[in-house]
Amino acid sequence: MLEFTHPYLEDNVSDTIPAGDSPRLAIATPLNPRRRGIIIGASDGLGAELARLLAREGYTLALLARRKELLDSLSAEINRTSNEQHAFAYPHNVAEYDKVPDLLRKIVSDLGGLDLVIFLAGVNYPPGGIDKYNFENDRKMIEVNLIGAMAWLHPISEMFQSAKAGQIVGIGSVAGDRGRVGNPGYNTSKAGLATYLEALRNRLTRHGVNVLTVKPGFLKTEMLKAAQGPTPFAIPPEKAAEDILKAIKKRKQVIYTASIWRWIMLAIQHTPSFIFRRLSF
Amino acid sequence: MSKVITTMSLPLSTFAQLENFGHSLKASSYRICIKKTEDIWEAFELAKKLGLKVTARGTGISYNDVSLNGGGILLDMSGMNQLLEWDSSSGVIRCESGVTLQQLWRCVEPEGWWPPVVSGTMKTTLGGCLSTNIHGKNNFQVGPIGEHVLEFTAMLANGALITCSPKENSDLFHAMISGLGMLGIFTSITLKMKRIHSGLLSVDAWHVPNLNRHLSDICENAPHYDYIVGWLDTTARGDSLGRGQIHAARQLEEGEDPNPQKTMQLDYQHLPDRLFGVMPKSLLHYFMNPFVNNLGMWGINTARYVAGLRRHTFRQSHAEFHFLLDYIPNWERSFGRGGLIQYQSFLPKETAEDAWREMIGISHQRGLPSYLGVTKRHRPDKFLLTHAVDGFSLALDFKVTDKNRATLSRMLQDFDNIVVKAGGRLYFAKNSETSAEVARTFLGEDTIGRFKELKKRCDPDGLLESDLYRRVFG
Repeated sequence: MLEFTHPYLEDNVSDTIPAGDSPRLAIATPLNPRRRGIIIGASDGLGAELARLLAREGYTLALLARRKELLDSLSAEINRTSNEQHAFAYPHNVAEYDKVPDLLRKIVSDLGGLDLVIFLAGVNYPPGGIDKYNFENDRKMIEVNLIGAMAWLHPISEMFQSAKAGQIVGIGSVAGDRGRVGNPGYNTSKAGLATYLEALRNRLTRHGVNVLTVKPGFLKTEMLKAAQGPTPFAIPPEKAAEDILKAIKKRKQVIYTASIWRWIMLAIQHTPSFIFRRLSF
Repeated sequence: MSKVITTMSLPLSTFAQLENFGHSLKASSYRICIKKTEDIWEAFELAKKLGLKVTARGTGISYNDVSLNGGGILLDMSGMNQLLEWDSSSGVIRCESGVTLQQLWRCVEPEGWWPPVVSGTMKTTLGGCLSTNIHGKNNFQVGPIGEHVLEFTAMLANGALITCSPKENSDLFHAMISGLGMLGIFTSITLKMKRIHSGLLSVDAWHVPNLNRHLSDICENAPHYDYIVGWLDTTARGDSLGRGQIHAARQLEEGEDPNPQKTMQLDYQHLPDRLFGVMPKSLLHYFMNPFVNNLGMWGINTARYVAGLRRHTFRQSHAEFHFLLDYIPNWERSFGRGGLIQYQSFLPKETAEDAWREMIGISHQRGLPSYLGVTKRHRPDKFLLTHAVDGFSLALDFKVTDKNRATLSRMLQDFDNIVVKAGGRLYFAKNSETSAEVARTFLGEDTIGRFKELKKRCDPDGLLESDLYRRVFG
């Protein structure tokens, strides 16, 4: 079995909310407006790049991930470069669903509102071969990638729907566009997430809320190590973060990054099953 | 696995995105509708349990963040709007704090009374009026609204109801009025109305060719009138800088109006909702939008000045004279997506002219002219966070766009320095950019210390906090 330990699955970090008084942040004024965002899964890779980019855009951010040290150093870095309190760190395991309501309320209070939520917490834990099955791994992927998203995006959708404003971004994957032989659990979790986001989009667009599904191809991050076989068109996470920011500004609905994946996946989606089931990728 | 809880005890459906009057600032909060005094207490308890801050909001038409509380609980007081007792022989009225000025004047006017102090819009609630201690065009004669409050009741953060009057709990009376809702939440307010003998005012209108004449005319004429207000052409330069038009009004004496029963009828005070009897005024702001830019507003200001060159006297209903901001519904929408902000400075009469000359000059130099300027005459008062001085105020409206935010912000910081250096003050119902440092300078350490001390006494755990409080006193 291919051993791969993803950061979100480490069990040796505490999940406590930072103690003491919430730090004060600069207040938004009409001439110094601040949008407020939550990034769930922010400690490294794409999440960290998005955090850096959005902070530069003037966002005040709540950064969530399991690894406290990484989160702390990332938020310290962001606050140091911007000279202002732009980032707040909240160690959190998305599979601990019952902690979400209290943590969400605390974050919204600390940030002074909420405009944008990016859910990119995700784990990829392959079964280790096209003839291997590993229920534990699959369950963990569903728990984090799909149910974790629901635990966060349900209450957030309700808030945004009621406020008639807000933007939700979910990071799916090209892997969710087709069930393949290599990693059924991961495909399922990302396909489920994409369908879930589509359903949210259909519910929320009429209330003025934008839901963006991002489907990255290969990114040059930790998660790339989990991929089996070749990784064509891999792009650095900085590039993907820029694509996502552009899509947020344009209030897009679905994007692929790198954009070439839109055409690749179009071809793959339209490959007839009698061919597809004979392929081994 | 433990039980999954996905709903909070505070319904998420109360989450609402709220704005300031100018639509230039947005903040999302949990909005709780208050119908009666006990509701406030329940909201306090809920907030304490959840670790959230609380701010009261009336109709939400302040220009800044005084009634915003991003991420916290907002008490929507507009539903607590009963007129409790009205004695038409003495002119004393007791109302709940969500009663609007509109409700108030519509109740008292037909019986020969008028609210002693009103704002430029009738949509404000009494609770909001007291929290910011509003003034009217008669500030130099009668002071702010707080001077006409006989008594009020407010709920403190611990749930206790406290009654204050100029004699009873006098320190809290003078601090909670002007206290920005940070010491307690007003529940009921007793006010003394002013006698009127007609539904009309006699208005004199004349033009003033420059800033010097503008201010000296207001100063010299004010004692002979009940109300005085100046419109200032913010786009005029050079020798004409500060030119404008003065409207001064006096109440009619008994007998001057041949038919007061008729003019005091509500129908007579009604603001027409159609232009030329045809076009609904609620649509007007769409047609104004193309003109709300530097060139268009130069044209409108100049045209207005030229149109007002002839000195004339006319009679106008109270509602028409006072509630100019309600004349065109949603006019603030014409400022576009970025909305508008207002910068109102209060300056002593000795320094006002030089300071405003400098400020208006800077706005022209930087290509950021104000689109509307309004001047008033003021006198000092005894309330703790007072904005009044023995002098004048100038309110300037600015359009906010994505492009001008940074330069406008720098310009307003320069304005702040000019105002503070000239011994002036800024107003917490209007100015949205005032920093804690600037506030400390014009309020003084003593005043802020006194306010914080009362805050500690009334709200030791800091339950009441608005975005403005965090910005200015945080």
